[in-house]
Amino acid sequence: MNIDSIRNGYVIDHIKAGTAMAIYNFLGLDKLDCSVAVIKNASSSKTEKKDIIKIDALIDLDLDVLGYLDPGITVNTVKEGAIIEKRKLRLPRELHGVIRCKNPRCISSVEQELPQRFRLADEEKGVYRCIYCDHKAQRE
Amino acid sequence: MRHLIDIQDLSTQEIEHLIDVANDIMANPDKYAEKCRRKKLATLFYEPSTRTRLSFESAMLELGGSVIGFSEAASSSAAKGESVADTARTVSCFADIIAMRHPKEGAPLVASMAASIPVINAGDGGHKHPTQTLTDLLTISRVKGRLGNMTVGLCGDLMFGRTVHSLIGALSRYEGIRFVMISPEELTIPDYVQQDIQKSNIPYRETRSLEEAMPELDVLYMTRVQRERFFNEADYIRLKDSYILTPEKLRTAKEDLAILHPLPRVNEISTAVDSDPRACYFKQVLCGKYIRMALIMMLLEVE
Repeated sequence: MNIDSIRNGYVIDHIKAGTAMAIYNFLGLDKLDCSVAVIKNASSSKTEKKDIIKIDALIDLDLDVLGYLDPGITVNTVKEGAIIEKRKLRLPRELHGVIRCKNPRCISSVEQELPQRFRLADEEKGVYRCIYCDHKAQRE
Repeated sequence: MRHLIDIQDLSTQEIEHLIDVANDIMANPDKYAEKCRRKKLATLFYEPSTRTRLSFESAMLELGGSVIGFSEAASSSAAKGESVADTARTVSCFADIIAMRHPKEGAPLVASMAASIPVINAGDGGHKHPTQTLTDLLTISRVKGRLGNMTVGLCGDLMFGRTVHSLIGALSRYEGIRFVMISPEELTIPDYVQQDIQKSNIPYRETRSLEEAMPELDVLYMTRVQRERFFNEADYIRLKDSYILTPEKLRTAKEDLAILHPLPRVNEISTAVDSDPRACYFKQVLCGKYIRMALIMMLLEVE
């Protein structure tokens, strides 16, 4: 399968197989005017299969969101057709405005304009907790 | 500028310093009578309270300061929909320090982010209550003469009992602490507290029976099953009488057991227990005022 190389943009690589569309939707890539390629079940040397997203524009990419969704991802930045940066993601220490606290007893449930903030409580298990009420974040 | 939102905001040395100052205030109250002259404490209580609010207010008055505030959300601008952050910014213009109680978890943290004066969490929903913990620690240290090397039984509503969560966090720092969690299955400690205990390698066990746990306890911390924490009245009715401490149940207890309760009690400690020398819950109330005096001085930097 041939997909044109990108000139200026990102290759989001090593996405867990089968989850690229969720990332595509979460990042709102459907709203972009540029070319976006979603490759599912590509062969990988590291894992059996992986997904890849190619974005042919240097958009403002939220690496914290990506790291939260899949800390195994590698983001390659491409400029003038060459990879200029390769970033291996990890779980971010804090998440701002990515997920909402579901605890009805939390102050953020009544004061809707409060920023939604979560801190990484357990890196090994990928557990995030609301900074206000300590409630465990539910992965969507 | 410092706030006290969680007991973990204080180092062990700071906690011990507060205990020392509180003991000194008890011995030499005159020395502290003018420490907070011309300073104002704002008590912002969005939820009913007798002990905590009066304890804060009398603490400030005995330090020579004065008090403003409200004791229910209905008599504040919260009734008009004002946010906690805006209230904190406003009160920062009038007072030198805030003590806030709020039914929603995290509200005092939000206040501390907006205020330009120190904020003390005086209880946020079923979450944290650090000044009750300081009170409990002062009481235990006065009664037992130590804060480590003991088995502490926590009994009742361990899920929504905010005083229990903060106390576990504080006692976990001391050597030789062991917890026995006594609660109905529906009201066991929340997972984040359990995770913290496991991380600190503190030995603990859970049981449904107060009688079974009684003989091994050095401290018994009773709590009330709180009606206001339940969304469902039927669940409250079913669980409210799970544990009632009576003189009969104390027969197998150690002679030097210390019985604590953050109060108010409903019926979980029979009044017949009040005359038992092991009952420390009214001593605890008095300790609350002195430790809050020490805390106010620390946060206002007037020691």
